Amino acid sequence: MERIEKEIMVNNVHGLHARPAALFVQMANQFDSSIMLEKDGESVDGKSIIAILSLGINKGAVVKMTVEGHDAPEAFGKLEEFLQESND
Amino acid sequence: MIKLKGIAASGGIGIGKAYFIGVEEFTIPKRKISHEGISQEIYRLEEGLIATRKEIASLQKRISDELGFDHAKIFEAHLLVLEDRVLIEDIIGQIKNKKVNVEYAFSESIKKYVNTLLGLDDEYLRERVIDIEDVSRRVLRKLLKKETVSLQELKEKVVIVTHDLAPSQTASLPKENILGFVTDVGGITSHTAIIARSLGIPAVVGVEIATKNIKSGNNLIIDGSAGEVLVNPTTKVFKEYRKKFEKIAKEAKAVHISKAIKARTKDKREIVVSANIEIPEELPLIHKFGAEGVGLYRTEYIFLGRRDLPFEEEQYHAYLNVVKKVKPYSVIIRTIDIGGDKFLSQPTVPVEMSPFLGWRAIRFCLGRPDVFKVQLRAILRASAEGNVKIMFPMISGVEELKEAKRLLQECKQELKEEGKKFDKRISVGTMIEVPSAALTADVLAEESDFFSIGTNDLIQYSLAVDRANEKVAYLYEPGHPAVLRLVKSVIEAAHKKGIWVGMCGEMSGEPLFAFLLVGLGLDEFSMAPPRVPRIKELIRHIKYEDAKSIVERVLKLSTASEVEKYLQQELKKILKDDFNRILMI
Repeated sequence: MERIEKEIMVNNVHGLHARPAALFVQMANQFDSSIMLEKDGESVDGKSIIAILSLGINKGAVVKMTVEGHDAPEAFGKLEEFLQESND
Repeated sequence: MIKLKGIAASGGIGIGKAYFIGVEEFTIPKRKISHEGISQEIYRLEEGLIATRKEIASLQKRISDELGFDHAKIFEAHLLVLEDRVLIEDIIGQIKNKKVNVEYAFSESIKKYVNTLLGLDDEYLRERVIDIEDVSRRVLRKLLKKETVSLQELKEKVVIVTHDLAPSQTASLPKENILGFVTDVGGITSHTAIIARSLGIPAVVGVEIATKNIKSGNNLIIDGSAGEVLVNPTTKVFKEYRKKFEKIAKEAKAVHISKAIKARTKDKREIVVSANIEIPEELPLIHKFGAEGVGLYRTEYIFLGRRDLPFEEEQYHAYLNVVKKVKPYSVIIRTIDIGGDKFLSQPTVPVEMSPFLGWRAIRFCLGRPDVFKVQLRAILRASAEGNVKIMFPMISGVEELKEAKRLLQECKQELKEEGKKFDKRISVGTMIEVPSAALTADVLAEESDFFSIGTNDLIQYSLAVDRANEKVAYLYEPGHPAVLRLVKSVIEAAHKKGIWVGMCGEMSGEPLFAFLLVGLGLDEFSMAPPRVPRIKELIRHIKYEDAKSIVERVLKLSTASEVEKYLQQELKKILKDDFNRILMI
């Protein structure tokens, strides 16, 4: 089982608000790995839209993403890319 | 009579009876359940979620058909809430541990999340609460076996009065029976406002005390342009507004009738008024508002929001669809105007300090001919089926234009060898939006079949103003003498070389500037579709010679506000009684 953990700066123009958060969750749910997002010491399930919204992640925020499971490298790569993208 | 003030969210006048929609209150029963009852409650939860899912999916489809795909997108987030495992686990946890019924567990869980969101220091997220509450009401209705309150059954024409409309409520309204909207909360970008504008129904939002002061059945007048609501108006006021209402209706009809008439000045100078198109869903608006073709077809939507590059076939079909629908009019297709960072196949592109001055538009395209040529080939192939013109954005010097044309030539050669059809004499235009291009317009004209002035960027670049920055946005002035001089010199340089000039920035859709631009000799005006009737009507009411005669004076003025004041004064003299009407269309 692979586990990847890294701090990422969110570059998405709207941060992780409704639409981008929905896209993130849809993407996260395509993988078997567990995905956790942590901001300011609070850690939530990255496959839950409500949990992600409750973190209030704005553009420029730094979040810690932890991905664990057999498809962790691919999942981490895709999700990291999404968070760092600057398009809306 | 009471007069309430709010925010003017969608123009027009609505007169009729108020129809009050209260916030739906549910009494959530709390029941203790036995250990054996747990699985039954969990089963009911699943059933409720599945039924709600079906309901939202069918609503989503209907909205997509009626209002376009974009309006239906919000329901994606709604559907995700239904599948949210943290939420579902939380509800199941409550049912198991507290041994309570599903309705109670569900509403407690939702409350918890809503409170978290409300506590965030972020207005946008706080507004999303309305989405979550919207979904949860649907689920609760299923669990409590209550019928969905359907506004579809409205039998008479009414003005809707409510605290706030949930997106799905607004979307399911029977439009033909709605005379207007009045809400307590919301701003001009709120959901109700956007839907009202796209349906052309007057709306006043953010009235704050509307629901306190208005009851179902009250006589209402709403003025969506002034942001006013009159409750139980006196006969005198009623008659006054009735007249206004009839006048607007008559004028709207006149515009409707005249939309097919060409925009020709009183002294017979013909001007093309066309539309800017961002997504194909806007195509019906071209005919609706009487635009003569597409002066700017933005192609970015095909490239954005995806993780791969669109193939030639996909692009070809996208362009072909637009070209065929706009035929016999012409479509000016602008090659992609986005930065290298938007291409996900290039994760190594560095983050730029000043993206506006960075690697984007033609610069990106020339750096990535593999991407660019796919688009050029697709555009060329579509040109075989209609009237297509091609335009390159962000040209800053003639070398770029020559290089872009060289690649276009290569594509033509390839297609010829492959035996594929295209318009061999396709027009190639340069978008003038960088000051250096405006100042060397004479040089660029040698290599172009036409120009289109992109004023939005030209103004930003020449005045060094980022319009999105609130602190400096006031400096963004289309009437700035520097901008007017640049525009004048571009038009003159083009006409000297015998090529035509269009404008696809917002400036061309502003009546005051349109008046000046006619005088400067602009040949084509392209703008957001709803602005077309007003500009056509304006052109039909002025003389080219009159507009020409004010140009010299305008160019001697020293500030944007002097320019606007002068234009207004002169246009009033010419239009007289028609002035207010045309500027209000």
